[in-house]
Amino acid sequence: MNRLPAPFGSRIDRSRRIRFTFEGKPFEGHEGDSIASALAASGQWVLSRSFKYHRPRGILSMTGADANALVQLPFEPNAAAERTPISDGLRVSAQNVNGSLERDRDAIMDMFGRFLPVGFYYRTFMGPRRDSWLKFWEPMIRRKAGLGVVDTKAPARHFDKTHLHCDVLVVGAGPAGLSAAITAAEAGADVVLCEENPEIGGALSYGRYDPAVLSGLSSRLAALPNLKVLTATVCNGWYEDNWLPLIQGNRLHRTRAREVILATGAIEQPAVFRNNDLPGIMLGGAAQRLIRHYGVRPGDSAVVLAAHDDGYRTALDLLDAGLSVVELVDPRPAGEAGPLEAELRDNGIAIRKGATVEAAEGTPGNRHLARVRVGGSWIACDLLAVSIGSAPAWQLPCQAGGKVGYDAATQTMTITLPQGPVHLAGAVAGTDEIKDAIADGQRAATAALSRLGHAVAVERPVTPKTIRPRYVQSIVADPKGRDFVDFDEDLQVKDLQNATKDGYREIELVKRFTTIGMGPSQGRHSALATARIVAEATGRTIGEIGITTARPPVGPETLGVLAGHHEVLERRTALHARHLALNAAMKPVGAWWRPYYYGDASSAEEAVREEILAVREGVGLLDVSTLGKLEIRGPDAGEFLDRLYTMAHASQPVGRVRYCLMLNEMGSVVDDGVAYRMAQDQFYVTATTGAVARVYADMLFWNAEWRLKVDVLNLTGAFSGLNVTGPKARQVLEALECDIDFSRDAFPYLSGRDGTVAGVPVRVMRIGFTGELSYELHCPSSLAPALWDAVMATGKPHGLRPYGLEASRILRLEKGHILIGQDTDAITTPDELGFGWAVSKKKPFFVGKRSIEMRARLGQTRTLVGLQFPAGARNIPGESCLVLRNGAPVGQITSVGYSPSLGHHIALAYVHVDDQAEGSSVTVKCRNGELVEAPVVAHAFFDPTNARQEI
Amino acid sequence: MKLLTCPMNGPRNIDEFQSFGPVRAKLDPNATADRDWSRHLFRAENRKGILVEWWRHVPSNYFFLAERDLVTNEIIRTFDASQLRDRA
Repeated sequence: MNRLPAPFGSRIDRSRRIRFTFEGKPFEGHEGDSIASALAASGQWVLSRSFKYHRPRGILSMTGADANALVQLPFEPNAAAERTPISDGLRVSAQNVNGSLERDRDAIMDMFGRFLPVGFYYRTFMGPRRDSWLKFWEPMIRRKAGLGVVDTKAPARHFDKTHLHCDVLVVGAGPAGLSAAITAAEAGADVVLCEENPEIGGALSYGRYDPAVLSGLSSRLAALPNLKVLTATVCNGWYEDNWLPLIQGNRLHRTRAREVILATGAIEQPAVFRNNDLPGIMLGGAAQRLIRHYGVRPGDSAVVLAAHDDGYRTALDLLDAGLSVVELVDPRPAGEAGPLEAELRDNGIAIRKGATVEAAEGTPGNRHLARVRVGGSWIACDLLAVSIGSAPAWQLPCQAGGKVGYDAATQTMTITLPQGPVHLAGAVAGTDEIKDAIADGQRAATAALSRLGHAVAVERPVTPKTIRPRYVQSIVADPKGRDFVDFDEDLQVKDLQNATKDGYREIELVKRFTTIGMGPSQGRHSALATARIVAEATGRTIGEIGITTARPPVGPETLGVLAGHHEVLERRTALHARHLALNAAMKPVGAWWRPYYYGDASSAEEAVREEILAVREGVGLLDVSTLGKLEIRGPDAGEFLDRLYTMAHASQPVGRVRYCLMLNEMGSVVDDGVAYRMAQDQFYVTATTGAVARVYADMLFWNAEWRLKVDVLNLTGAFSGLNVTGPKARQVLEALECDIDFSRDAFPYLSGRDGTVAGVPVRVMRIGFTGELSYELHCPSSLAPALWDAVMATGKPHGLRPYGLEASRILRLEKGHILIGQDTDAITTPDELGFGWAVSKKKPFFVGKRSIEMRARLGQTRTLVGLQFPAGARNIPGESCLVLRNGAPVGQITSVGYSPSLGHHIALAYVHVDDQAEGSSVTVKCRNGELVEAPVVAHAFFDPTNARQEI
Repeated sequence: MKLLTCPMNGPRNIDEFQSFGPVRAKLDPNATADRDWSRHLFRAENRKGILVEWWRHVPSNYFFLAERDLVTNEIIRTFDASQLRDRA
């Protein structure tokens, strides 16, 4: 066991043991262990096989960013072993292996590397045939080179979303972030501090620093009720106007911050040399995290490659953890002499300056580091801690508009942000030491506070006292390769050099050709080395090369987090419970639930037929509450409708109901309904269920320009509608307690009346979608159930029957009445519908007038007509089936159905304009490809003279 | 997510709004040639610069105007439609 005694292991609870398996073998860890730390404690260093060459890989950074530390969980692929906690019974397996992690059959790929040159895909998989990529290569590569496997039968997990608002959001709870959050909160601002690790502190939680610094910041933080700390929370992007997604487990905090302080720290960079990917070679920060967070000894015998104070601190930590440190190698010619160096020498550690690690060799099968070569001589060791410098965590700053530069003095990347509501603090802004980071956090906070209107003295950015190189990356290219620049994608120095030789000189092209930086770590450990190699190969500076564009998300995110907790939005009419009580088959129509028919599914056809016959011979009742209902009031109401609709409404008498047809500016039919003039300055207008939201918006849009004196009210939800229809409709209504005269002469067709029916205030319109005597009763939705009950009870002796949507569709089809959207499309004109009667020739203007006149001059090509299929016809075309003329399509079927009143199938269809005359015959291509002939008939199949609706 | 300041409702997330396109020149439909009318309906210029656009705050169905820089996507100001008429 590699477990160290307390106080090492701040995250683990040694009193609680947890058992889990990895690759089928049992392992044990402590509560708080990550998968990687528990495995390392048991000596299991290999976590996966690499992408291309199937080389054993293990811990690199302990930050969870790398592909090599991704593992498969039963219900989750690509889990970060370095971050995912272990749990009892968890079954973990390795990814990207053929066979097992120990015996990977594809490990032989490592021998054939020269057959996998850079751009291999582009060079090889183009042939031999045009579809070879899709048919052969792509499936094969997907099997070979996939990451984890998605279990489509995984149980559902609950995800949710919350909204968070704050004055200041601080991302990163390292020294700079803590100090920024505390400064802002102490000034009274409402602050959220977001940290991806389970604890605050950042480098202070695992680095070799005075514990008093962190405990001092922690106690100040704890005293601030206006400072909300979100740990284990990833800020995964920056979007316009400071909108940031904070992901905390299965919860997404959609956060709007007035000011944002990015204290995202720096990313430690690996060194490049032959076999730099062996398990046992890790970043200094990874070794420190293993020791302090998990109490895991990262090896027995260590070499430290250090070009930075942090490397010296790592070496001292390794000594404290009981490792023997064979040598510290510092590539700087005159390393920073100081107390750290003296302390190391006091411990008898050999320090070699001006040298670097040139190569490494592994144990058989490259399963672990065995020795490293420094200055030509080999040193045996099982740990190489690499601490040669870092790069600012550029992802969030660059999304927020930051520009990347390169500072030759410190040999590191710099980021500058424009003046605005986003600020950088700490290592991401270029500070090197803890005290500078803390001061820089305060400065960033005062800058944010000043923008928020607090009276604070804004300080200038901290200038470090000593400017020294902070990123001395040794790149030792090896003629035999395996000097990895990008561990995710198995890319080596020569791959990048070859890409530039092939002419891909710009960094974005290099990325796309080589796939560098495309893996899970997104260039965190490769972007700087890439810039340096490309700069050298093309004779330019690192600043000129730059890095590729950073886009959200910063890290991987599960689709569940994005989707959140989802409720299907649905609307129910006020009569929903009545329909259910009557055993209605409810169906969704858009957002609405409507009765399709009343009765059991087994007798659906029979139910529809009976409902139709009830309307044709007796009386039926339909819930039409989903209709759009708009009230237009004001002195200009008539003029307003005149401009919006094609018919004349300004001249419409009070008490009359008129059809209304709406066009768009292109002259296409977009909606229809009826307008009931209730008073000189008041219209009640219906719109189709699906279009009312748009019609309501369009009305106000037009009037924003016209500025007529009208007010538009959307009553769609507030009012319900009941259609009482059939030859006996009048008898039923007259039997109800009411103050409206329903007689034929007092209440003629196409008129409207207000009054009270069964104690319910109603607006009644006599219209006829079914072609029968019909009254549409509209009332406040809260009273609709009472009205429904009264109509049902009174109608019972007359055989009244509620009917559903399917019967309604057939009834209107029998009359040839169109449904907007079903029988019209984006280019339908009134002429094509035979609706010339509905278009005013006298009005000087209405929306679409200019365009239909122009389109009429272009010539009409199609007309909507009725088609009739003989009784017992074997082959009936479906909706959307093509109408052919001389073999070429000229139109299509828009509605089709069986008419029980007529005893055969009928349809509406667009046919060629020359075939529109009654008696013509057209050819329709059925779903099965057969052609059938159908005669053109009058629009109204049933009661063509419309006598029945006027009785 | 971008914020848009509605003249009536104040700053709100832009997903509460619906764009209704640029304010177009007013044409007399009866004094415009077919060709010009087609251009008027279907052609969007999309020139670099400042564009005045119609926006709708969906929950309140309120229409207003916004000046937006097409290069930086910055919304320069928003105002009620009555000001457009005053200006014309």
